[in-house]
Amino acid sequence: MLRLERRPTPSRLWTAATPVLAVIATMIAGGLLFALLGKPPVEAIRTIFWDPLFGQYASYSRPQLLVKAGPLILIAIGLSLGFRAQVWNIGAEGQYIMGALFGAAVGLAAYPADSVLLLPAMAVAGACGGFLWAMIPAILKTRFNTNEILVSLMLVYVAQHMMSAASFGLLRNPEGMGFPGSRNFQQYPAAFNGELIPGTGMHWGVVAAFCAVIGAYVLLSRHILGFQIRVAGEAPRAARFAGVSPALLTSVCLGISGALAGLAGLFEVTGPAGQITTDFASGYGFTAIIVAFLGRLNPFGILLAGLLMALTYIGGELAQLMLNLPAAAIQAFQGMLLFFLLAFDVLANFRLRLAKGARA
Amino acid sequence: MNRRTLLKGSAAALAAVGLARPALAQEPLKIGFIYVGPIGDLGWSFQHDQGRLAVEEEFGDRVETVYLESVPEGADAERAMTQMALQGCKLIFATSFGYMDPVINVAAKFPDVMFEHATGYKRADNVATYDARFYEGRAVMGTIAGRMTKSNKIGYIGSFPIPEVIQGINSTFIHARKVNPEVEISVVWAYTWFDPAKEADAAKALIEQGVDVILAHTDSTAPLAEAAKTEGVIGFGQASDMLDFAPSPRVSAIVDNWAPYYIDRVQKMLDGAWTSTATWGGIGEGEVQIGEITSAVPEEVKAEALALADAIAKKEYHPFTGPLNKQDGSAWLAEGETADDATLAGMNFFVEGISGDIPS
Repeated sequence: MLRLERRPTPSRLWTAATPVLAVIATMIAGGLLFALLGKPPVEAIRTIFWDPLFGQYASYSRPQLLVKAGPLILIAIGLSLGFRAQVWNIGAEGQYIMGALFGAAVGLAAYPADSVLLLPAMAVAGACGGFLWAMIPAILKTRFNTNEILVSLMLVYVAQHMMSAASFGLLRNPEGMGFPGSRNFQQYPAAFNGELIPGTGMHWGVVAAFCAVIGAYVLLSRHILGFQIRVAGEAPRAARFAGVSPALLTSVCLGISGALAGLAGLFEVTGPAGQITTDFASGYGFTAIIVAFLGRLNPFGILLAGLLMALTYIGGELAQLMLNLPAAAIQAFQGMLLFFLLAFDVLANFRLRLAKGARA
Repeated sequence: MNRRTLLKGSAAALAAVGLARPALAQEPLKIGFIYVGPIGDLGWSFQHDQGRLAVEEEFGDRVETVYLESVPEGADAERAMTQMALQGCKLIFATSFGYMDPVINVAAKFPDVMFEHATGYKRADNVATYDARFYEGRAVMGTIAGRMTKSNKIGYIGSFPIPEVIQGINSTFIHARKVNPEVEISVVWAYTWFDPAKEADAAKALIEQGVDVILAHTDSTAPLAEAAKTEGVIGFGQASDMLDFAPSPRVSAIVDNWAPYYIDRVQKMLDGAWTSTATWGGIGEGEVQIGEITSAVPEEVKAEALALADAIAKKEYHPFTGPLNKQDGSAWLAEGETADDATLAGMNFFVEGISGDIPS
């Protein structure tokens, strides 16, 4: 019989290996699912994982990977800092929306400005929007000991309503014939976050995501704050003895993740999305939670996980197009990825032992 | 297949591919459809997919259709349509208002690909728009509602305060009043196209106010399910037939039927005669259908409703015919005057007699 034995410390080997195992298991289980739907499993898996990178039209889809992965990575980096310190910000989606709203409002208020400072000013406003939205659960937690999971999640729905109200009222395009939605930033050069080098998919949001990866790495490995975050998560009591203020740390973690999510929202609305609409939010803030855990809360892991997640989106679309797979099957496929990751996690924290007879 | 249709078919195919790089004459015309919801929503996206299936049935192996469902509006839609164009689609139907700017962007990159955008107002040489005159069907529903109500209170669940929805409310009210001068209408805004829980709440609130006829511009069956709980309350199917609730509470329905338009446009593509147009079809064109009026409605009311539908179909009667005043009492249409399409397309006011404001 097999038996699980808790490891004194999580295995480093297995911590690194479980994401790879999870991906392989997802491919196998996903292939089975596709086969049951009557689609060729090998071709489907190849379409999802191979074609966007090396297929016939990869020159289009490769840059799109960056466009899709950019906001995921940027948000997930911020979340990972909090998650490490046991601060559970589940409302990045709301902070992402508020960042987009604040930043877009600055840009639209200045319309038709023509200043090189406009986009930076909007970026600052976007980060502030996300930061302030994240401060609500932070203050409620530190002052009144509310649960930040619930508060931050509930604030997502508030943010969605504010976005809806903004696209019908305050930020509505005055030339939009009464239809909801703001002006399109693609036709507003000073505020447009376009591709920095044509055909690469690189826009400022992707640059910010890469900077955040490096910044988080330096913070966690070299900076006292990174040390405090890690200690607070791994040994809260020891952290208190080391002089870490839990209230301050909670605020810092929520603040950073809120600001990064807000920044992601701003770069998305001024670039790929183009405008504030009732449907602007497409779940990046929630998907980023998966990305953070898939990347083991490690900055470079998150970078890879974000790209992998983007790959399943773009490859999933291709599979829908070419093999007529239903969208729900692709979503189930993405869900399997997180499921297997969590399931294999057991190997990092436990050792498999062959039980010998009577000991059970 | 006889020789004549064979000749006709290959000539058409030749004409179609003549727009792009030379290809084999037998190659079917590839058509892409992009849906905002899942095709199983039994409402908006479902009806568009029925149109796609009708195209397949009509043209057989002369066409090949692909679709993407649940595509969020914004950057994802742009990528999805680009992928379709790259995969060889020569005609793409974008079936949601929010795809407007992405359609224009992708169309600019692929001048050889023709685009059809539902309910939008931006066109280009290779972008046509189409919409349905749902208000014609609403006139028929309003007539039934005015005759059937006993409390003289009818309720309307609005999705978003956009022209299409406001046309529907006005048309319903005008025709209910015409047959029943005592009738009052209450409007509840749900701010969603599809959210069974919210729609049920809205219906419940209306019923508590004494409303006994419920109309909805949202796509789920929840308002009908709610109406079924109270004796004497009736409602109508929206977007699709919703026959599960017949003969009561569902006494009739307004059905979106995109098949005639889609077949016509595909035929034009095959003939090489496709041009950018703005189409706004109604009952006469078959785009709006009146679902079967059930036995819960007295024969004379049914006959009256069908006669009205017939007059609208034959263009003998326009649902917005003067004398009509705006809500504030100012004159809108003089005796015998009919509303022009431009005013209807931007309609942002209630007609006289409706209480309550349009949120802005």
